[in-house]
Amino acid sequence: MTRLIGMTPSRRGLLKGMAATASALALPGFVQAQSSAPIKLGFQLHRTGIGAAYGRWYERTTQAALKVVNDQGGINGRPVEVIFEDDGTDPKRGAEVVEKLASQAGCDAIFGPLFSHVVIGSAPRAGELKVPYLVCSEGYHVASGMLNRWTMQPGITDVRAQVSSMAPWVANNLGKKVTMVFPDYAFGHDHRDYFTAAIQAQGGEVIKHIAIPPTETSFTRYLPQIPKETEVLYHVMVGPAVLTFVKELGEFYGTGARPEIFGFIDSLEAVDTASPGLEFLEGTHFWEGNCRVKQADASENEAFYRMAVGVDDNGASVSDAKDISTYAHMFSCWETLFILKAGMEAAGYQGVADRQKLVEAIEAMTTMPESAAHPQGDKVFNAKMHQVFGHQNISKVEGGKLVRVYRTSIEETMYENDTDYTAMSF
Amino acid sequence: MDFGPFLLLALMEGTVMAAVLALTAVGLSLVFGVMRVVNVAHGEFFMLGAVIAWFVTHYMPGPPAVGFAAALVICPLLVGGVAALSDTLILKRLNYDPEATIVATIGLSYIFQQAALTFYGPDARPVEAPFDLRIQLPWFGYSGYKIAVVVAAIVILLAVWLLMTRTRAGLIMRATQLDRTTARAFGINVDRVYAAVFALGAGLAAVAAVLIVPIQQAHYLMGHDPLLLSFIVVIIGGLGSLRGTLLAALVIGLSDGVISVFFSPTLAKILATLLVAMVLVFRPQGLFGVKQ
Repeated sequence: MTRLIGMTPSRRGLLKGMAATASALALPGFVQAQSSAPIKLGFQLHRTGIGAAYGRWYERTTQAALKVVNDQGGINGRPVEVIFEDDGTDPKRGAEVVEKLASQAGCDAIFGPLFSHVVIGSAPRAGELKVPYLVCSEGYHVASGMLNRWTMQPGITDVRAQVSSMAPWVANNLGKKVTMVFPDYAFGHDHRDYFTAAIQAQGGEVIKHIAIPPTETSFTRYLPQIPKETEVLYHVMVGPAVLTFVKELGEFYGTGARPEIFGFIDSLEAVDTASPGLEFLEGTHFWEGNCRVKQADASENEAFYRMAVGVDDNGASVSDAKDISTYAHMFSCWETLFILKAGMEAAGYQGVADRQKLVEAIEAMTTMPESAAHPQGDKVFNAKMHQVFGHQNISKVEGGKLVRVYRTSIEETMYENDTDYTAMSF
Repeated sequence: MDFGPFLLLALMEGTVMAAVLALTAVGLSLVFGVMRVVNVAHGEFFMLGAVIAWFVTHYMPGPPAVGFAAALVICPLLVGGVAALSDTLILKRLNYDPEATIVATIGLSYIFQQAALTFYGPDARPVEAPFDLRIQLPWFGYSGYKIAVVVAAIVILLAVWLLMTRTRAGLIMRATQLDRTTARAFGINVDRVYAAVFALGAGLAAVAAVLIVPIQQAHYLMGHDPLLLSFIVVIIGGLGSLRGTLLAALVIGLSDGVISVFFSPTLAKILATLLVAMVLVFRPQGLFGVKQ
């Protein structure tokens, strides 16, 4: 006991020691932040909840992109670290995740959320915390001007642009009387509003809107609402029950007469087109942001991206042929990470004090040529809308596989509105 | 679509729903009737049944029908085992105090849900139907499997009814339901009866889930709707009354089918919940319940 007491340091000695340790730690620490401390990016991930299938692949895609970025020397010569945080595909949790990533983890920027209700619930918090918030959501909520200066969508074209560019092709090739089936929340409402307007501009009309709650598990009961005179059935569905939806659609039409079917691949993301019960999809068409099945004319960049993420030529994981990717959407994570890199390098980004410079640097972007950083194709960024525009694909199911039949130009996706985020204050 | 076929489809959908609902709700009703326990974890037993069905069919070699048949046997046994364990380890130790058991089963529901998330994952995974048959009517096509679900549910419900009314085990359960103390005085091991009833209730939910999983998919959040609808059915039918539960399941299932098809599924839920409120106000013991 006495020896122990003898070893107890004096108060003065303790203070001296603490001061010495503190200065020893503080000095190199300061130098570190200037030179090689990792850049920390937060990823708001739908790991659980109704967006889990997307979350799984968004994480893999981001990990693959991160490896490429770090192999190339990181950002501004600093290594990059991505902190993944699950939001349960829940808007309330989403705002908390933004808070946690920005305030506790001290992330330089946050990216990655997809589901529109989560983005709309989380973006205001990002604006309040003044942290760059790059969403991969497709929703029109960014370009519509309802969010804030800190929220941008530079990695994927929004729904309004997608559906506007689909309408002429649908009207000219499939038919003019359309019935729409869509999920009854923000994302589905964008489809409803802008496809309806776009098909009218083509001399067609939507004769029936069928809204389905996104948590629905049984769909047959909605299908009799499809009017008999429908020429084109337009479907877009999300959530864990997408396979049920498509299967029940097949059961409903069976071998009888059916209208032409045009779907957004969202109805089948992470689902094998060759699943039992989906044979009726043969000959139907799908929108795809990026073609799941490797096309004959796939570019070198596309092939590199596919390989880096670990996706085979059919769009499944190279390690499990049953694990189908969300290929049409997940490129947005890859491209967004490279935009963050480009933006940080253009802004000479040093630390959280430069967050505003980062937003301004991304706003200064205009055209993005196709490259390994943009494997989905070239794009045009509209700084006022905080929204990127790119090529869209229409694929046809042939022999159980999605084969591209049309690729839109970027001009076909463009529209005008009076959003101007650059005029908003930070 | 014309009115006739429209109505036919609505009734078919309603019947499928009523069949599955009846199985799930009878389990809940049995547990309440015999044990006086409001089992909030009932929906999660349903979910566990579906998730285990995925594991069984996924790892069982041979055609889908073999895996499915195995799931029909294994799932209720496993889920029933988990339920019996929960009863002996938790509910029994709370002396079946009504408030405490509600809180305990809420806790159990979270544990089951998170366990499924941890070991099964967040994805919705399909289970292949044991056979692939599509019935093509002149107006629309319909899944032959869904009709098989209705038949299977009727057979199982009949078996439950026989068990309750024609066997010694059923007699013991009914005796315990009537008066726990007297039953004990007559040498009935009430603890074992309770564990068995809790297992039977959970097993019925699991069977319903196995039947439904080739139509929907196994997902860790799928327990919500069955729980809510079972409660609606059980309250309307009268807690503890099997006859009332069956009738209420039929009413709720069919009206849900018809209202969903002709108007909207949301309206169907609103009306069902309104009916529950009305029953609670004007006939709190339920349509077939006995006043305590």
